[in-house]
Amino acid sequence: MKQPSFPPPAAICVPCRLAAIGAVVLAMAGGFAYVAGWLTPQRLTTHRIVNAFEADNGQHPGFRRNHAKGVCVTGYFDSNGNAAALSSAGVFELGQTPVIGRFAIPGGNPSAPDTSVPIRSLALMFTQHDGEQWRTGMNSVPVFAVRTPEQFYRQLVAAKPDPATGKPDPAALKAFYAANPETQPFQAWLKGHPPSSSFANGSYYSVNAFRFVDAKGEVRAVRWAMVPETPFAPINDAQKAAKNFLDTDLDQRLQSGPLRWHLIVTVAAPGDPTDDATQSWPADRQQIDAGTLVIDHDASQDDGPCRDVNFDPTVLPAGIQTSDDPLLAARSAAYSLSYNRRTREEALNPNLHRPQPHGDRS
Amino acid sequence: MTPTHSHFSPVQRLLHWTMALAILAMLFVGVGMVATVSHAHSVLIALHRPLGIAILLLVLLRIAVRLKRGSPPLPDDLPVLQRFVAKLSHLVLYALMLALPLIGWAMLSAAGYPVTMFGAIHLPPIAPHDVRLYALLRALHTYLALALFLTVLGHLAAALFHGLIRRDGVLSSMARGAN
Repeated sequence: MKQPSFPPPAAICVPCRLAAIGAVVLAMAGGFAYVAGWLTPQRLTTHRIVNAFEADNGQHPGFRRNHAKGVCVTGYFDSNGNAAALSSAGVFELGQTPVIGRFAIPGGNPSAPDTSVPIRSLALMFTQHDGEQWRTGMNSVPVFAVRTPEQFYRQLVAAKPDPATGKPDPAALKAFYAANPETQPFQAWLKGHPPSSSFANGSYYSVNAFRFVDAKGEVRAVRWAMVPETPFAPINDAQKAAKNFLDTDLDQRLQSGPLRWHLIVTVAAPGDPTDDATQSWPADRQQIDAGTLVIDHDASQDDGPCRDVNFDPTVLPAGIQTSDDPLLAARSAAYSLSYNRRTREEALNPNLHRPQPHGDRS
Repeated sequence: MTPTHSHFSPVQRLLHWTMALAILAMLFVGVGMVATVSHAHSVLIALHRPLGIAILLLVLLRIAVRLKRGSPPLPDDLPVLQRFVAKLSHLVLYALMLALPLIGWAMLSAAGYPVTMFGAIHLPPIAPHDVRLYALLRALHTYLALALFLTVLGHLAAALFHGLIRRDGVLSSMARGAN
């Protein structure tokens, strides 16, 4: 051992030595508290984002903090092998992969009318034969409203209901959009595209960029979309008046047969932004039809197979990776905390907001 | 009876200091990854799982080595209460080092998450997909990790107390070999 250059311990007073021990322990405890975010309440943490959802939507124990209203579906993905050249993930090999999914609408209120938002979502979990999983949460708008988690949080704060009216203050939202011009492509897209009349005839987009890694290790930036075989139709006046129609419509369609979407993978060209979900890529980019998503059953989210799934878009098989999009890690963190909270609520109160389960729920 | 030595063996010291670094890193990674919404979240999660399994393997090895070789005796003049706390705190450390990775693995299993190590390498589930079980294990994982951090702080303070105040050879029995 190297001899210390400072005086031997005996020469230093005992209280000084005790203080040194205390300082070491305190420094370590302080570092821990800092990393945990306990010393910096202004830092944007996962808890603050999920708390903001709860502040905007109220408490709905046992439900997802966002996209709370939805329906479970099951089926399979029938790969045609075309995407195997881009990604080594097992899901793209020729053949079928079982899928558990969930159609939903954005918002944290599980009893909101379907007409409350002009957006639908589709989340999927592919379970590969080797046990790896691909989870994805897609929206019916190809771009996202904001670019960063910080902007997303400020949008949540701006959308907080005014206690007097119970509704968000339009001026606060307007001010947010004016201060964040990145939201314009999203707003413009919504203006030009009426919502679909059904879950079945909508396209669903990955929104964020990802990376496909092929067998040689070559990496390509991609986005993907599920494009329906069912022709698009806009929401009609009867549906607008009915307010709740998406679930029964889906159920009726599935009774007459499976529904199909094509998984269209878009490959970025060099220079296309992968860290900005508010920008779409030019329309002439290479697109590959990777196969068909076949949805053949639906089930209530109260006891269906999607209920206990966290559709964290960063759960990916080898061959698919996250991009540098800053929203992806924030989505993963927030979904995880939402899942922790709702499963905890369920554990503490098994009858929470649930009809009596009919036998095995899975 | 295991034979007595004045110092821990080189293997024991290597295991101790490797695990000390790994466990401290793990505690900071864990508390950081659940708080941050930055890209670090994904990086830290990807590190947390294989590092946890590495700690599980190391602690199994370490328990075997400890049972085989034992530990240097505590100083004769150590008060009975301190002796008791020393023995108990080491039992707690071993129990938590073993329990935390197993609970983490079981917790991911109960949520239906893949237990990914590197690339396509993943571990099988060790618990049924059951969100009530998940909720229990998830809470346990946090509280026991905080308990481990507090025990580690106590362990560190006690080691420095032995080394700087009592200067009774307990710290050097782990810090270096016998001369």
